[in-house]
Amino acid sequence: MDSILRYLGNAGTQREILDRLVEHVYLSLLPVVLAVLLAVPLGWCTHRFRWLRAGLFGVANVVYTIPSLALFVLIPAVIGTQILSPVNVVAALTIYTTALLVRPVADALDAVPAHVVAAATAMGYRPLHRLLTVELPLAVPVLGAGVRVGSVSNISLVSVGALIGTGGLGVLFTDGFSRRYPAPILVGVVLTLLLALVVDRLLVLVQRRLTRWARAGEVTGG
Amino acid sequence: MIEFRAVTKRFDDGTVAVNQLDLTVEAGIITVFVGPSGCGKTTSLRMINRMVEPTSGTILVDGQDVRAADPPRLRRGIGYVIQQAGLFPHRTVLDNVATVPLLSGWSRGRARHRAAELLELVGLPAELGRRYPAQLSGGQQQRVGVARALAADPPVLLMDEPFSAVDPVVREGLQDELLRLQDELDKTIVFVTHDIDEAVRIGEKVAVFREGGVLAQYAAPAELLARPADDFVAGFVGRDRGYRSLSFVDSGEVALDQVSTVAIGQPAGAPTAEWVLVLDEQRHPRGWLPPRSTVEGAVTEAGLTPGGSLYQAGTPLRGALDAALSSPSGLGVVVDERGGYAGVVTARQVLDLIERARPTATGAERGH
Repeated sequence: MDSILRYLGNAGTQREILDRLVEHVYLSLLPVVLAVLLAVPLGWCTHRFRWLRAGLFGVANVVYTIPSLALFVLIPAVIGTQILSPVNVVAALTIYTTALLVRPVADALDAVPAHVVAAATAMGYRPLHRLLTVELPLAVPVLGAGVRVGSVSNISLVSVGALIGTGGLGVLFTDGFSRRYPAPILVGVVLTLLLALVVDRLLVLVQRRLTRWARAGEVTGG
Repeated sequence: MIEFRAVTKRFDDGTVAVNQLDLTVEAGIITVFVGPSGCGKTTSLRMINRMVEPTSGTILVDGQDVRAADPPRLRRGIGYVIQQAGLFPHRTVLDNVATVPLLSGWSRGRARHRAAELLELVGLPAELGRRYPAQLSGGQQQRVGVARALAADPPVLLMDEPFSAVDPVVREGLQDELLRLQDELDKTIVFVTHDIDEAVRIGEKVAVFREGGVLAQYAAPAELLARPADDFVAGFVGRDRGYRSLSFVDSGEVALDQVSTVAIGQPAGAPTAEWVLVLDEQRHPRGWLPPRSTVEGAVTEAGLTPGGSLYQAGTPLRGALDAALSSPSGLGVVVDERGGYAGVVTARQVLDLIERARPTATGAERGH
């Protein structure tokens, strides 16, 4: 306990921890944003062109089984970045999260009632406008669940990136292990956990705000 | 006016949904496309606003080939009411109704103002505008669907089995509402249904389709019931078409008889050999006292024999015959516009009237 307080009391470590936390947020959540931007068009394609389904979902499953460390090391070879560049982590996690989200996006779009989509077309929506303002908002309940899983899993995966020196709270683990000093490890674990919880709660709040309509039902329907 | 000229739709799998359709939908009236499933009625409807593209042939709306228009723009100028209403679950009722005005570039304020007017037009209270569709009953959702289709005041309204998902009582109310609206608006309405009763009830012209997308008959409802073009149409319009065609025979002057009546709360008097009709204070019929029934003290609602359907004087004869047939006394109760007792009529009297009306009835256009 003493050692933790002493560790936290140091102004230098405080700044270090804060920097690592900000890094961690950036490294884990930027891929979620990018993945949503990628998974929506890909998911839409599998929704629209059924024959793409088996192939694309197969690829997504395979990608998801590649060990993260292997992917972190492979990425520089593929996209030509420095081996220690944080871009590698962002790219790798974007790939994972995209693989995770493609199926929920497709399923969510499939689940939008056909008569609602037909009505939107008949009202005079153009296809892209309809996707963005009718189909995607209705997909939020299913999509939101996928985004939550992706965010939390990224927050834990970013720690692995520290092994190849790309920053984030994982640096506190490698630091603690190499110095046989438990305080940073403990602080790193607790902060990672807290970050995951806070992000998850925030996503739940955002999702609830976007889906007020879904809870409005149940009163006088029929 | 909407014209189909030699329109054929063949789907990718080779099925012919619509086969060489030639049909002119008149402006300002309700035209119903009716037929069994797979007869191409919905496909024909959807080719008007290019939700389905014809394989060959031409469709003209007010003389303009629909293929000349950009589909989304074309659709904003044609109202569309879909089965199950198809409301956007994530938008309030008011925003649903404002959809087409907003797509057409109106300001939000003006679109919402217009939407509120339309809710009133279709008979929905303004406060429903703030609710989400899931908070409305099926009938209310359909009204919102109609309001949404009318929001940009399109001259043409397409209705694709709009009332098929609601129960019969609500459906009848919605049909009446549509007829009332049409009296005010005079839109060119194309209405698709598989229900022949609905077709003859609301259509001024009815197009009967058969499997394979062939037009079997195109005529006014009375004509359809009186002179079906072939066995298919005769079978489709149904076994009791003779009875249903009474919907188009006006009663003219029905000579009414009178029966003994007694008001609720009054003593029944001595038992008689006849049925006695019981009325309330507004003279609305409440039920019957059978012959020779003895009532101690005042007549009450309890213990009455329930009456049959009521016939409003001046409406088609179908109602008069039904009132007589469904009445326990065999006497159909006739009421005035306010629902007050006016007299009674027997089935025999109604049949005599039908016999007398026959030469003109079969050729009659639909009366309003």
